[in-house]
Amino acid sequence: MEFFDRFAVPHPSPAIYASMVAISLTALAVIAGLTHFKKWGYLWREWLTTVDHKRIGIMYLISALLMLFRGGVDAIMLRAQLATPDAKLLDAQHYNEIFTTHGVVMILFMAMPFIMALMNFVVPLQIGARDVAFPRLNALSFWLFFMGAMLFNISFVVGGSPDAGWTSYFPLAGNDFSTSVGTNYYMIAIQIAGIGTLMTGINFMTTILKMRAPGMTMMKMPMFTWSSLVANLIIVFAFPVLTVALAMGTMDRLFGTNFFTTDNGGMDMLWANLFWVWGHPEVYILILPAFGIYSEIISTFARRNLYGYKSMVYSMVVIAAYSFLVWAHHFFTMGQGALTNSIFSITTMAIAVPTGVKIFNWLFTLYKGKIEFTTPMLYAILFIPLFTLGGVTGVMLAMSAADYQYHNTMFLVAHFHNVIIPGVVFAMLAGLTYYWPKMFGFMLNEKIGKWTAWLLSIGFILAFMPMYITGLDGQARRMYTYSESTGFGPLNMVSFIGAAIMGIGFILIVYNIYYSTRYASRDISADPWDARTLEWATHTPVPEYNFAAVPQADSIEPLWDAKKKGHVLFKDKFEKIHMPNNSGMPFIIGCIFFAWGFSFVFGLWVPLIITTIGIFVTMALRSFEKDHGHYISVEKIEETETKLRGAK
Amino acid sequence: MKIKWVFLSIILTIATVLTGCEPLLVLDPKGPQAQIQADDIMLSIWIMLFIVIVVFAMLAFMLIKYRASKQDKDYEPPHIEGSFIVEALCIGIPVIIVVFLSIMSVKSNYEVEATPKGYEDKEPLVVYASSSDWKWHFSYPEENIETVNYLYIPTDRALEFKLYSYGPITSFWIPQLGGQKYAMSDMVTTLHLAADVPGEYMGRNANFSGKGTAENVFDVKAMPPAEFEEWVDEVKATAKPLTEDKFEELLEPGHLGRSTYTGTHLEFSPPPSSENGGHDHGSNKSQAEDEEHADHDKSSEKHSEHDNH
Repeated sequence: MEFFDRFAVPHPSPAIYASMVAISLTALAVIAGLTHFKKWGYLWREWLTTVDHKRIGIMYLISALLMLFRGGVDAIMLRAQLATPDAKLLDAQHYNEIFTTHGVVMILFMAMPFIMALMNFVVPLQIGARDVAFPRLNALSFWLFFMGAMLFNISFVVGGSPDAGWTSYFPLAGNDFSTSVGTNYYMIAIQIAGIGTLMTGINFMTTILKMRAPGMTMMKMPMFTWSSLVANLIIVFAFPVLTVALAMGTMDRLFGTNFFTTDNGGMDMLWANLFWVWGHPEVYILILPAFGIYSEIISTFARRNLYGYKSMVYSMVVIAAYSFLVWAHHFFTMGQGALTNSIFSITTMAIAVPTGVKIFNWLFTLYKGKIEFTTPMLYAILFIPLFTLGGVTGVMLAMSAADYQYHNTMFLVAHFHNVIIPGVVFAMLAGLTYYWPKMFGFMLNEKIGKWTAWLLSIGFILAFMPMYITGLDGQARRMYTYSESTGFGPLNMVSFIGAAIMGIGFILIVYNIYYSTRYASRDISADPWDARTLEWATHTPVPEYNFAAVPQADSIEPLWDAKKKGHVLFKDKFEKIHMPNNSGMPFIIGCIFFAWGFSFVFGLWVPLIITTIGIFVTMALRSFEKDHGHYISVEKIEETETKLRGAK
Repeated sequence: MKIKWVFLSIILTIATVLTGCEPLLVLDPKGPQAQIQADDIMLSIWIMLFIVIVVFAMLAFMLIKYRASKQDKDYEPPHIEGSFIVEALCIGIPVIIVVFLSIMSVKSNYEVEATPKGYEDKEPLVVYASSSDWKWHFSYPEENIETVNYLYIPTDRALEFKLYSYGPITSFWIPQLGGQKYAMSDMVTTLHLAADVPGEYMGRNANFSGKGTAENVFDVKAMPPAEFEEWVDEVKATAKPLTEDKFEELLEPGHLGRSTYTGTHLEFSPPPSSENGGHDHGSNKSQAEDEEHADHDKSSEKHSEHDNH
């Protein structure tokens, strides 16, 4: 029995036991359902082994939505606990675990895959490619991300959740102060997912640089493609830092090294520095593709070309460069002195300039436009004022002397939610609504969609604006409770109400998907929004090979030119198309990585050695495998094309 | 769009009503450093408000003027590449604002990192503030006394806090006297504060340090110098000496009320040796530790003698 004790949750509660039961029942139901409807083969052939960027995108999307709800439930619990003074809903330990998982899940397992989902689905279509440069690597990226996310998520029912904050600062995250295996989960699950992300970065950079349609020069790439390129460039530079930091943290916890410990020469602030050298660029990895989505949407529904294309591109490149020069602003209060703080204060404020350029360019894109308030556009319109609030409070935080007062308070919490929710989450929901018809062949209900956007915005304002005030009134972040005499009560109640309204908004998204799946018309055109770029030039649903003939792009908006100026998109005749074969290997490697991570978390050395060998064996097998893909014949293409044209 | 403005104004009203009764701690400074920070905050709020209004107004204008329902069915929006002048303005004005704020920020940085202005004439009171899970220990080396979880300070005298931690990183924060700074286990940081006005203030650890973070608070009382001297004398007359054993007991994780001692822990448990980010590495440290231990043995002998009396 002693062996199994380690898997017990160190600090259980009825909610955790209920979750265990719920998880087991759901798993059983899924297995029973798949068996009953004889879908195992379908699942394996069409999804688990797929290397198609569109399907991988959809799998990322499903994971992101699942994680959105996991993180969202965490958030509601946190706000409920803080809604009243001296509340007893959660104790300190549970509160700490929940805000830790909320942060990790939302940033790494919700926002990141959401962006990956849109990048995977849209970028190859937008540049007129048949797939990404390395389709099988892409599948491996997904499965590593997915297994990392799952490993992280089982922590709360097996062995205990991490409880040192999503920043996991040492020495708090070290063995002395964080005794459960929770932080091992953090180190290893993020490591696995992070390796996947790094591979995505390489994959998409290659794809965008090498696989664009003829005529599409760098300065004719659509804005979302540009933003993805820059984001992936940041990934390639930033993620190795995280990989190293996590490896050092893992060694501190499991092998007794002293990188970040309090004695034997350990430096606790080294972790904070490494973490934020990755962590700050990370937020730009999230926000730049979001900016790209907004650029596409605003241009489409203002019925105008994007204003200041060049300055949009340059500003993104400048932001990417700056993103590596500001990390110390996350700890102005570390005591590094006035000079260092001044330098980082100035670099941080400087980021406001290129960001401001983007805001003004979007505003000028609306100028002389013909603005249609569709759901995606509504998100974009709500984004501009809300994000501006978040942006200017960012400038306030950048003033390092004043930051001594903002740091570690609800003011900071309000700020970063103020940029991430309207910035990233709204963009992803806008992108989801915008690209939904291309993904699934029907549109999401506009009325429910608009209700959702308004509820989320109102909920957002109610939830986060009060935090600016309580922050300035001395409410520190990550406190599981406060006394009535502090006077934080009423505003925290407002926050809770806001969070509940946002919760309703997120439920409406699910309802909208359900409702539209049942009732929405399947009779839509390939270009339902009257858009401007190549992804709308192919059929809905998109055939396996994306474009029957390679499109020709002569401007930033080739489809718009085709519609208005008689530009000929498809000059070539059909030729046989070379496509990659499906492969079970990425999924299998992912599963081995899961077992590897699990063994690592609990220090089960024998399984760890076996799985490590397994990883190398599968990699070797893959290397010696001769698989040159397959060809789709011209007859087959013609058949598909006729069918799709007819179906429309 | 209207709904949004209605909601915004409701929220603003709620915010003003809720906070109108009492000023926010950070914006109600009782010392020169907090004053600098509050001034910076208000200045930046006004400048940012200007930017927010400009953006909101531009957005409202665009949405009202160029929405599809207001336009001709056949209206075809023009193709506009961008204009050098407009884009130069969009870069130029923010650059001016950022330059101005940078100058303000740098100026304030040097001010908050030095002895407060107007207090340079008197020697600052040095207080070693160290945290342990989840308490604060205040050692007054000059007065040779130590308190737990409460801090008495004289007004009109610069305060120099030497911060370090017996555990996770914490952050020493008295909002009404000035912003926070980290306390860490491997180096000492310095925080310059001063109190202008006698009164009781809230102090806390602002950095997450585990289960007890929320209750990791301390009371601060600023009093006129004469009263402070009186208090010191009283402590010296009445409090028990802080022994090493007692201090070890205080360091045990948990929550404690206030307590007061004569003597400080600095003698037998000195702060991390070097300041400004210096670190002890490898053998040096263990050597130092050995010496420490030797000292400990002596001092504990002394204490035991003392107890026998």
